[in-house]
Amino acid sequence: MAGQQRVYRQRIRSTQSLKKIFRAMELIAASRIAKARGRVTASTPYARALTRAVSAVATHSDVSHPLTTERTDTNRVAVLVATSDRGMAGAYSASVIREAERLVADLQADGKEVVLYVVGRRAVSYYTFRERDIARSWTGGSDAPTYEVATEIADTLLEAFLTPGDEGVGELHVVFTQFVSMVTQTPRVIRMLPLEVVEGVASVEEHRTLPLYDFEPSPEAVLDALLPRYVRSRIYSCLLQAAASELAARQRAMHTATDNAEDLIRMYTRLANQARQSEITQEISEIVSGADALAS
Amino acid sequence: MAHLEVDLVAADRTIWSGEASMVSAPAADGEVGILAGHTPLLAVLRAGTVRITPLSGEVIRTPVDAGFISVDFDKVTVVVDFADDASGTAESTTGSAGR
Repeated sequence: MAGQQRVYRQRIRSTQSLKKIFRAMELIAASRIAKARGRVTASTPYARALTRAVSAVATHSDVSHPLTTERTDTNRVAVLVATSDRGMAGAYSASVIREAERLVADLQADGKEVVLYVVGRRAVSYYTFRERDIARSWTGGSDAPTYEVATEIADTLLEAFLTPGDEGVGELHVVFTQFVSMVTQTPRVIRMLPLEVVEGVASVEEHRTLPLYDFEPSPEAVLDALLPRYVRSRIYSCLLQAAASELAARQRAMHTATDNAEDLIRMYTRLANQARQSEITQEISEIVSGADALAS
Repeated sequence: MAHLEVDLVAADRTIWSGEASMVSAPAADGEVGILAGHTPLLAVLRAGTVRITPLSGEVIRTPVDAGFISVDFDKVTVVVDFADDASGTAESTTGSAGR
């Protein structure tokens, strides 16, 4: 009987220390998420300026660019999957990977060969465990991506897209988690390359029409400089959104874990009290029955 | 007097934003100087220094590596990949401290 009580006390202690860990992780995620959202806001002027410029060039000149044209010479397709480095974020990584698997299945049904590019240790371990080939992976710093990393990823993918023949890839899809709000993050798939026709991407309503620009040195050269930057900035914003989503998911998961730990502690305390009470009752009845036996 | 609205943005932050009387930037085939009333322009930048003369205060010099500049009805946007913080403007220091 006394053993029962001790077991409950042990469980309460371990759950209490777990609860402290969960609480700390929740607070860390909560403090980092403000920073992550700030980073999203800080990168919007750049993205907006680029989008405006790209649509200006696209509307005013009929230049075709390798990045906007469909490739027919290869059936290889690149898929970039953005997940987290660490777990403890609920279903965050699992839902991104599920979305990616669905996309891969769809692409393979179309007769395409999928080349995987992976961000985050969770996805790397998922694919290596299943012995799937990963073309390239980037790990570390998934909750605070820098522009340098985004540039590296974008340059690798652009190079693959611009490589002619069977070595290159014909399309690029990105699977990431869109940060809708603190409570909603949805996994999304976007086709990054070849770039969609960008007309009308910029909000034209604020200016009646886009002005007739002078291009220096030439529209082709401007487009040449703009489009890779545009892709980089898009990938950077995907990574930032993924980071904010990861932190929000982690905060929520850790909040739930803290609540569950509290529930467990309450339950074990009740059980421990019950065990102690029944032990006392038993002792009393033993003493009373002992005394009765001696008295009679 | 007419003035320019200038935004100097890097990939991860806004470096400087405000009103200025003149902007000069290293375009791909020569330095361009922009005053109010300039024709709409989209130019590729090479490595060099962007100089912004604000309506009040000192000239802001920012070394840039590459990017582009767009001019559109007295609204100038200078977009650079990586800018040096050497200019020491208030915005840039808060920008890097916030990381």
